[in-house]
Amino acid sequence: MSEKVIMKGNEALAEAAIRAGCKCFFGYPITPQTEVAAYMAKRMPKVGGVYLQAESEIAAINMIYGAAASGARCMTSSSSPGISLKAEGISYICGADLPAVIVNMTRGGPGLGGIQPAQSDYYQATRGLGHGDARLLVFAPASIQEMCDLMTTAFDLADKYRMPAMILGDGAIGQMMEPVILPEPATRTIDKPWAATGTELKRAHNIVNSLYLQPDQLEDNVRARFERYVQIEATEPRCEEYLADDADILITAYGISSRIVKSAIKKARAEGIKAGLLRPITLWPFPKAVLKKHAAHAKAFLDVELNMGQMIDDVRMAIEYARPVEFAGRTGGIIITPDEILAKLREMEAK
Amino acid sequence: MSVVFDRPHALADVSTHYCPGCFHGIIHRLVAECIDELGIEGKTIGIAPVGCSVLAYNYFNCDMIQAAHGRAPAVATGVKRANPDKVVFTYQGDGDLAAIGTAETVHAATRGENITVIFVNNAIYGMTGGQMAPTTLPGQITQTTPFGRDVKEAGNPIRVCELLSSLDGPALLQRVTCDTVPHIRDARKAILKGFQNQLEGKGFSLIEVVSTCPTNWGLSPVKAIEWLRQNMLPYYPLGVYKEVK
Repeated sequence: MSEKVIMKGNEALAEAAIRAGCKCFFGYPITPQTEVAAYMAKRMPKVGGVYLQAESEIAAINMIYGAAASGARCMTSSSSPGISLKAEGISYICGADLPAVIVNMTRGGPGLGGIQPAQSDYYQATRGLGHGDARLLVFAPASIQEMCDLMTTAFDLADKYRMPAMILGDGAIGQMMEPVILPEPATRTIDKPWAATGTELKRAHNIVNSLYLQPDQLEDNVRARFERYVQIEATEPRCEEYLADDADILITAYGISSRIVKSAIKKARAEGIKAGLLRPITLWPFPKAVLKKHAAHAKAFLDVELNMGQMIDDVRMAIEYARPVEFAGRTGGIIITPDEILAKLREMEAK
Repeated sequence: MSVVFDRPHALADVSTHYCPGCFHGIIHRLVAECIDELGIEGKTIGIAPVGCSVLAYNYFNCDMIQAAHGRAPAVATGVKRANPDKVVFTYQGDGDLAAIGTAETVHAATRGENITVIFVNNAIYGMTGGQMAPTTLPGQITQTTPFGRDVKEAGNPIRVCELLSSLDGPALLQRVTCDTVPHIRDARKAILKGFQNQLEGKGFSLIEVVSTCPTNWGLSPVKAIEWLRQNMLPYYPLGVYKEVK
C-alpha cells in the first residue's frame, strides 16, 4: 500500500500518469500546468519513458498521435488556449480511433484570457473539441486524490474504447497541494494489433488513418464509432450524489466548484434549506440517468460553475426541462464563494 | 530465366492515382527499392502527408500512418521516440512541408530527429487543383497567381535545403531530381543514404526531389520535364547542402 504524501496537483497528476503506464509525454509550456511538464522532464528519463518539449501545442498533439498510432500509452497536458491549438490533432486522434490522454488545467478565456482557474472550457471538452462527429471521454476530478485515481481509469478506458480521454481540471486543482495516496503502478498491458509498429513481415501492413474518400465508407466508420459511444453512455457515466435523496434544491457542479458547493450546502442545511449536490465526475458521458432520477423529487436545480453557464445546458436536457434550472457562477478566474451560493439558495427557497 | 526488373517488395501491387508524367511514381519506387535493399520493410513505419501523396499509405507495404496537413515530422517524432529501434520516414509535398508544416519541419530538423524525410517539390499544390505553393517560382502562373507569382504581393519562394542548412541538427540535406536516368540513380543513392543515416543514428535526413506536375502546370509529361530543367533546376540547384560524414 502506498503511503500518503503531500503533493501539488500538477505533479501528482504527472506521477499518477507514469504509474498508469504512460510511456511518452509531449508538451508545451503554458500556465497553469507547466509543473506537469517539469515533473515529466525530471521523472521520465528515470523510468525509461519519453519526455519531449515540442515546438508548439500543435506539434505536441501530433507527437501524441504518432506515439499512440505506434502503440504507446501517451499523454499531453496544456491549458485552455493550448487545448484550442490541439483541437486539430484531437480530431485526427478521434478519427483514427487512437487512445491518448489529454489534460486541460483550465484557465479563464476566451482568447488569452487569464491564468487563474476557470471552468469555461466545458463546451469545448464535451462537444467533441475538434471538427467532425466525435467525442472525448471527459473526467472532472474534484480533488488531487480523485485526479490521480481517474488517471488510470482514463488510460484504461481510452485503450478499451480506442478514443482520447481528457482530464478536465482547472488552475486550482493543478496548483494546490493536498495529501494523496498515489496509485500502485499498473501492470496490465493491452494488446494493440492495429498499431503501426512494423509488420516484421509477418502480417499485412497496418494503416492508421482518418481519411475515407467514399461517403458511404466514412458514414459506416462514424456509425461504428457512435455504436461505441452509445455503449459508453450506457455504462461509463459517473456521478457523486451528496445529500441528494431528500433535497428540494439540487445543485449541479463539477470539479473545484463542487467543493465550494458542499460548504454552501452544509450552511444551507443548518438553516433548514434542504439542498443537495449532484457532481458529474464524467462530463461526457454525462450522468443523465442520475439527474433524471432526482428530478422526480427535487423542486428546482441550481447549476454552479466557474463560467457563464455551460453545463447548465446538459442539466436541462438530462432532466428534460422538468424543473426550473437556475445558475450561479463566476468567471474570469474568480472563485465563487460559499456565501454567494448560499444567497442564491435562500433566494430560490423563498420562491 | 533471370529476372531483370521487378516490383520492389515494399511497393504494394496496386495501381496508384498519380497522373501520367508525375514523379511520385518514380519516387515511391525508389523509396521502396531502398527499403528492400536495406531489408527494413518489417520495421519501417511511413508517414503519409496531406496532398497528392495522401494515399501513399496504400502504396507501401510497410506499416503506414496518415498525418494531418504539415504535421508528419511531429507524428514521425512521436513514432520514433516511442519506438527508437524502428525506421520512420515521412513523405511530404511542398505545401505540406514548407507552408503549413514549416514549424514541424524546422524543429524536427534542428532537433536532429532520427528520421528520414522525402520531400517532393513540384512548386504547386497538386491535390487541390494547382494553387500557389511556398516553392512556386517567381512569375509562375497558378490558380491563385493567375497573372504569375508577383513576389512583391505573394512573397518569395522558399529553398528548403538552403533554409535548413544553417541548422546543426540535420545529418543530410540533399536536392535531387528524376528527369534523367543518371539523376534517378543519384536520387536513389541519396534516399538510400537518408535511410542508412537513420540506421546509424546520425539524425535528420531530408532528400528534396524536384518534381513535375504536368496536370497543374498545364504541360505534357515531356514538356513538363523540359520546364523543370529550364525553370526549376536553376532556382533549386541540385546538390548536397549538408552532410555529416
